[in-house]
Amino acid sequence: MPLDRNGITQRAAKELEDGFYVNLGIGMPTLVANHVPEDMTVWLQSENGLLGMGPFPSDDQVDADLINAGKQTVTGVTGHSFFSSAESFEMIRGGHVDLAILGAMEVSQHGDIANWMIPGKMVKGMGGAMDLVAGVKRVIVTMEHCNRKGQPKIIPECTLPLTGRNCIDMIITDLCVLEMDRSKNLFSLVELAPDVTVDEVLQKTTAEILVPENVQQVSI
Amino acid sequence: MVEKIYDSPAQALEGLCKPGMTVAVGGFGLCGIPEQLIIALRDTGVTDLTVISNNAGVDDWGLGLLLQTRQIRKMVSSYVGENEEFERQFMAEELEVEFNPQGTLAERLRAGGAGIAGFYTRTGVGTVIAEGKEHKQFDGHQYILEEGIVADLSLVKAYKADTSGNLIYRKTARNFNPMVASCGRITVAEVEEIVETGTLDPDQVHTPGIYVHRIVQTESEKRIEQRTTL
Repeated sequence: MPLDRNGITQRAAKELEDGFYVNLGIGMPTLVANHVPEDMTVWLQSENGLLGMGPFPSDDQVDADLINAGKQTVTGVTGHSFFSSAESFEMIRGGHVDLAILGAMEVSQHGDIANWMIPGKMVKGMGGAMDLVAGVKRVIVTMEHCNRKGQPKIIPECTLPLTGRNCIDMIITDLCVLEMDRSKNLFSLVELAPDVTVDEVLQKTTAEILVPENVQQVSI
Repeated sequence: MVEKIYDSPAQALEGLCKPGMTVAVGGFGLCGIPEQLIIALRDTGVTDLTVISNNAGVDDWGLGLLLQTRQIRKMVSSYVGENEEFERQFMAEELEVEFNPQGTLAERLRAGGAGIAGFYTRTGVGTVIAEGKEHKQFDGHQYILEEGIVADLSLVKAYKADTSGNLIYRKTARNFNPMVASCGRITVAEVEEIVETGTLDPDQVHTPGIYVHRIVQTESEKRIEQRTTL
C-alpha cells in the first residue's frame, strides 16, 4: 500500500535530529512538523524572519505581525527569535540550516530540482526556493511519485525550468525512499512502501536509479 | 534639529515623487507593508514606477492598489501569487517583471544600502537566473554576480519610531524593512507610534535614524492574508 501524505511526512520526520534547524516548504512538507518526536527539540525556520515557529494560534492569539512564509498566522515556541529577511537568508545561504524539506514538480536522476515554474502558466516566482536548495546542508524532497496525469516525476533530465542543480539528497514519495549516492551521482532505492515492488518503482521512474539487492520496507 | 515628523502620509511624500523613479517597499505578503504610504503614493498619481518589493500585494490592498491604477511599469519581486490584476497585466505583457530569488533580493537591497556594488552567490547557479551573469569559481564552487540596489525612494513600515527616526519593528513585520530603509536615497517610514527621542532603549533599535528621513504616524489596518487558527 503506497504511503499517504501523512505517511510520507512521517517518514521524512525520521531524518530529523535533536537540535536541528529545519526549513519546511509550503504544502506537504509543513506536515512534517506534526511528526517531530516529543523528546526532540527541532527549531523550525520560516524564511520571512522567524526561528522557532510554533503551531497556529488560538483565535485570541492571532497577530497580523506574526506569520510564516506561507503568509499564515502562526505562533513562536519558547526561545523563538525574529530577524530581517537578509539575516534569514544569511542562515540559509550560509549553510547554517541543517535540513530543508521541499515539494517538487520534477527531480532529475542527478538531483536537479524543478519546483517553481511551468512555462505558459502564470509564473508566481521562486520565493526562497533557489536560496534554500543552494545553501541548506541537506535537502529532502517529499512528493507524489507521479504527477496527476500518472507521469513519472523522477526523470533523466528536468523538462521544467530548474530551481537548482545537483542539490537533492533524498526523495521520499508514496512509493519509496531514494537516497543520492554521490559517488555515482545517482539515486539509490533504499526503502519501499508496504506492498510496493521494485518493479513498480522502476516502471514509474524514467530516471536511471541504483537498485541494491536488498531494499528494506519503509520504517515509520 | 531637522524635523522628520510629518502630519500625514501625503505630506510625507510631498516633493519626492517623479515619473519613472524606482521605489523600494518593505513587507512580506501583507505583513509589515507601509500600507498608508502606498495609498498616498497612489494618490500622487505618479506613473511609470519600478517597484522593488518581495511581493505585489493583493488585488485591493498593498501594491495591488498601484497595479489597479497602472502606475507600475516594472516589478522586481520574488513571489507574486495572490493577485489577479497582476496576473492579467503580466500575461498581457503590460507589466514587466523581474524575478529575484528571495535571499538574493534581500541581499541586493542590503548591499545597495551598504555601498556594495555587487556580490557573488551560489543561489540560482545553473538556472535561468544565472543567464547572462558573471560566473566565478570560489573553493571549487560556482557563484554568480548579483548587483546591489539603490532606490530613489524607500517606503517602510515600523512599529515605533522616535523623533530622530530610530525604528523598532515588531515580530515578523520586520522582514525586508531594514534593508529597504538603508537602500533608499530618501526613506519614509510609516509607524504605529512616535515617541520622544531618548525613550527607546538604544540596544533595541533595529534601524538607526541615519537611514530615515521622514516619519509619519498612521492608523494601520494590518490586514491578514491567511488567518489560520487551531
